[in-house]
Amino acid sequence: MPGYGNQGGAKQRPKNTKGALIRTIGYLMKCQWIILLLLLCTFASNIGNLMGPGFAGKAITAASAGSGRVQMDLVLHYAKLMLIVYIGSNAMSFLVTVGMMRVGRQIARTMRKDVFGKLMSLPVGYFDRNQAGDIISRISYDIDVICTCISTDVVQILTSSVTVIGSFIMMCIISVPLVLCMAFTIPVSILFTQYMSRKTRPMYAKRSAAYGVMNGFVEEMISGQKTILAYAHEDYVCSQFDHINLRAATAYKNADVLGMTLGPTIGMISNIGLAAIGMGGAALYLYNLVTLGQISSFILYSRKFSGPINEIANITNEIFSALAASERIFQLLDEPEEVKDLYDAAVLNDCKGDVKAREVDFGYLPGKTILHNLNLEARPGQTIAIVGPTGAGKTTIINLLMRFYDVDSGAVYVDGRDCRTYTMDSLRHSYSMVLQDTWVFCGTIFDNIAYGKEGATMDEVVAAAKAAHIHSYIMKLPQGYNTVIQEDGGNISKGQKQLLTIARAMLYDTHMLILDEATSNVDTNTEQQVQKAMRSLMKGKTCFVIAHRLSTIQNADKILVVDHGDVVEQGTHDELMVQKGFYYKLYASQFE
Amino acid sequence: MKLLLRYMGHCKAAITAAIVIKLIATMTELLLPYILEYIIDDIVPMGSLSLVLLWGILMFLSAFLCRYFSVMANRKAIDNAHKISYRVRQDLFTKTINLSGSQFDCFGLPSLISRMTSDSYNIQTAVQQLQSLCVRAPIILAGGVIMTMIMDFTLSLVLLVMLPVLICIVFFVSSRGIPLYQTVQNSLDTVVRIMRENISGIRVIKSLSKGTWEKKRFAAANETLTRDDMKASMVMAVPGPLMQTFLNIGLTVVVILGAWRVNAGYIRSGVILAFLTYFNMITMGVMGLNRIFMTLSKATASANRIDAVLQTESSQHILPCSEALSPSGPEFIRFEHVNFNYGKNDAHSDGFAGEEREMALQDISFAVNRGESLGIIGPTGCGKTTIINLLLRFYDASEGGVFIDGKDVRAYDKDELHSKFGVVLQNDIIFQDTLYENIDFGRGLPGCAVSNAVKHAMAAEYVDSLEDGLSYQASIKGANLSGGQKQRLLISRALAGSPEILILDDSSSALDYKTDAAMRREILGNYPDTTLIMVAQRISSLMGLTHILVMDNGKCIGYGSHSHLLKHCPAYRQIYEAQMGAVL
Repeated sequence: MPGYGNQGGAKQRPKNTKGALIRTIGYLMKCQWIILLLLLCTFASNIGNLMGPGFAGKAITAASAGSGRVQMDLVLHYAKLMLIVYIGSNAMSFLVTVGMMRVGRQIARTMRKDVFGKLMSLPVGYFDRNQAGDIISRISYDIDVICTCISTDVVQILTSSVTVIGSFIMMCIISVPLVLCMAFTIPVSILFTQYMSRKTRPMYAKRSAAYGVMNGFVEEMISGQKTILAYAHEDYVCSQFDHINLRAATAYKNADVLGMTLGPTIGMISNIGLAAIGMGGAALYLYNLVTLGQISSFILYSRKFSGPINEIANITNEIFSALAASERIFQLLDEPEEVKDLYDAAVLNDCKGDVKAREVDFGYLPGKTILHNLNLEARPGQTIAIVGPTGAGKTTIINLLMRFYDVDSGAVYVDGRDCRTYTMDSLRHSYSMVLQDTWVFCGTIFDNIAYGKEGATMDEVVAAAKAAHIHSYIMKLPQGYNTVIQEDGGNISKGQKQLLTIARAMLYDTHMLILDEATSNVDTNTEQQVQKAMRSLMKGKTCFVIAHRLSTIQNADKILVVDHGDVVEQGTHDELMVQKGFYYKLYASQFE
Repeated sequence: MKLLLRYMGHCKAAITAAIVIKLIATMTELLLPYILEYIIDDIVPMGSLSLVLLWGILMFLSAFLCRYFSVMANRKAIDNAHKISYRVRQDLFTKTINLSGSQFDCFGLPSLISRMTSDSYNIQTAVQQLQSLCVRAPIILAGGVIMTMIMDFTLSLVLLVMLPVLICIVFFVSSRGIPLYQTVQNSLDTVVRIMRENISGIRVIKSLSKGTWEKKRFAAANETLTRDDMKASMVMAVPGPLMQTFLNIGLTVVVILGAWRVNAGYIRSGVILAFLTYFNMITMGVMGLNRIFMTLSKATASANRIDAVLQTESSQHILPCSEALSPSGPEFIRFEHVNFNYGKNDAHSDGFAGEEREMALQDISFAVNRGESLGIIGPTGCGKTTIINLLLRFYDASEGGVFIDGKDVRAYDKDELHSKFGVVLQNDIIFQDTLYENIDFGRGLPGCAVSNAVKHAMAAEYVDSLEDGLSYQASIKGANLSGGQKQRLLISRALAGSPEILILDDSSSALDYKTDAAMRREILGNYPDTTLIMVAQRISSLMGLTHILVMDNGKCIGYGSHSHLLKHCPAYRQIYEAQMGAVL
């Protein structure tokens, strides 16, 4: 599918790694005291690790007197100290490992929470533009990468830095000239790491993006599995997946192949430093600038110095990949949110249900206007039907009423006020909505019906279910209202889902009601019965109804006939029939 | 675990190469300090600068070699990891796409998706890490143990006693880890599921202002995931320090025992000092082993989850002709006394688990000739879609036979069977692609077939009104198309292949009556040899069809032509009057 080819590339924004790093550190700072404590523990544990061999050395010195002259009590004393120091240091390091692990998991939790919270405040359009799989990939892959990095790499870096700094100081104390021999390795290593990071970071970013694309594809295809099977399309989809899979695998390989050269190269540089020490040391010794003993102990420390540096170099690529992942997280967190309420936004309480639209123009994309100069008026308690051929813009009107999108020009008024001056929550609270695309979530039937009304009682739920004529079906299920249904379980038909959402709306009692093809998948018998219940529900409420079965809207107070984004006719059923215009033709076609 | 070995077996040679190269790299790396020591201890006192230079150059050389081999080994390891994860994913995807309906329900969509993604990443990481870990740790460990044994066997006994204990700890903990990590992955499934639900239901959630509630629901799942993950990682954090402590105790014992042996005159005190050094090596080796097992147990948990899918035997075998039933009539499509209930074998699913489900179909029989048409009508949930599911063999009938073209559907090759169909399912999906690709659907149909299908599905008008026509890019799940536009696009897809059997499952509900009627005319007129099976709620959609099946609660309550049913089926007449009431 061509759509997948450049998606990852096209979505790339200018990267801001420094920002991502600072913000990741910001997350770390939320646990600053714990981290500080862990830092101290790391320090203590390292000191313990250094002291242990010291005591061991003393014990050995005590034993070195030779056969029969060993001071066993002194040996035992130092052995005891050794054991205490070691156990203490191990306990500390356990504490640090566990502590950092917990910090990492906690940050992952906070990030997941933030991402999810962000999703809830994004405008509806975002979800039409981005594959669910790609969004989910940020939680299942990117956050995991960050979490692993924090849990293991930070400890490693901390431990290593303590050792590196300690041994560097020791080295300086022993012999400054020797330090100068290997000093060149430090700037070289730093410069090389910087150079590599410039080169590899974009690769890691590509890798995260490629995984996102792959997740998106997997999500889409697995959701459409039955369609794919029905068209004997498996092989084709598999070969498409082959490309995407290969691209993800290659992105992974490219990033790591490059990243993995860093460790050995830094290793080489520090090994060259070692060689330089050997040679420089020899030269210095020949000029009597150092003693052999100094060289030996210097080398011991230089190994302690370079070992951790190699280890850090080896995990640098993990850090880069975590940074790339956090960029993706922050990129999502920086998406423009749904319009904020005005600071003086009013709360829409006890809405009367007076809705007006004045000279509304609207298009989903700039320059592509879908609704032109729409005017609409619904007085409290009226039923407004919106009819028209498919694609005429009916659902768009609903989107504007609910403020899923905002008008380009003109305004929608509720109870005489521009609806943009109400708080979003209170405005949406004033509508109940039953959509053509039904939505249920994984939970009990009770939860699904009571969804709109917190604290609904079983009696209320049953009453709503009865009104929606789904009660008898529910009672036939093994666990009745406690039966767990699944969004994609396929165990519940589209019509039943629709009835459930109708029951949900019935329970969620508001002054304005939107029914967008609410009964399109329900059989006629049930529909008629549901309609009866709906009529009682609609009584005294402002209703917007979209329906194809024109018989269902004949009693509407006003029928708007929409075509190509324009209201071409409006009036009651009888008025429109007399006009013998567009509506008349639509109506007549039912009986062809 | 088995899965890991199986897939690693595929690249046995490459993995061996990576390990051997890593071995060489490790050797050169270990060589360096010895050269250095040699320079300091032996060359420097000789005072020869040229010899120092010579050995120094040798060190440079081995430093370069070490880098060269390490990079090569790393590349090979990454290459293997990427090949293996690519293969695992490819196989898993192929398997997933081919799962039967009941098997698919059994795993659930969110879990299948996270197996494809998160679990496969775990395997990838493990394969890569294992290749380098598996070299260093054993070498260092073995080297350390051998050296200590050479130096003083009695003292090394302390180690020999210790090692089995350490190995037991590692095995015990890592085997405990596998189920824990499995729990973590399952919790991740829940998190993914809730995210998916929220993405697909965003309009409802926003309209009911349930954002806060959803955040709470997510927070609970998030909490569980974090807790499970912490628990698993907690267990995994134990063996490292624990083993280190054991080794340190061992070291102390060595010091005391060594001192005693020095005192007794068996050894010199230098031996104890050397022991200290090698003990360090052993510690590093054991820690390396520990990491191997910890990595393995996480990967094994994921591998088991993937393997569970891969090992799912196809429950729907192609029956040999001898076992397949044969129809008792010549008609093109026949249902003979079909009974069916869902979820017979969904022991894993927590949906309707455990309880006996009601029969979805009871004793359904009908027969349709080639070129004829069948309409199915009935209340929601009465089993209309189930008939379609059985016809396409997404599920197998519990009893009775389903026949197409005189042959049991179970005797068809899956692709052969499906290639007879053009289908619009009830919850059909539009892919993020151009309209043309959505219709062609990779079948490579001639352009005229696609454009005709568009015309016959009454989609031409709106397609032409789009700027890019058929190259118009549909967004995710067709979000930039209206309900009716989506349905017409799907019908175009079904028609484009000029199928033998056309199935439309409630696929014109979003169309206005005018378009619906015109489309039906086009289909019946232009595809005379196609057998049409149509599920609908509108009688006007069905009344022109050859046969109509009226269903209620999984049973057939009327079968025949429109006029026949009007006379003989009260339920049908009732629906008819209700729908046409306005004009009658």
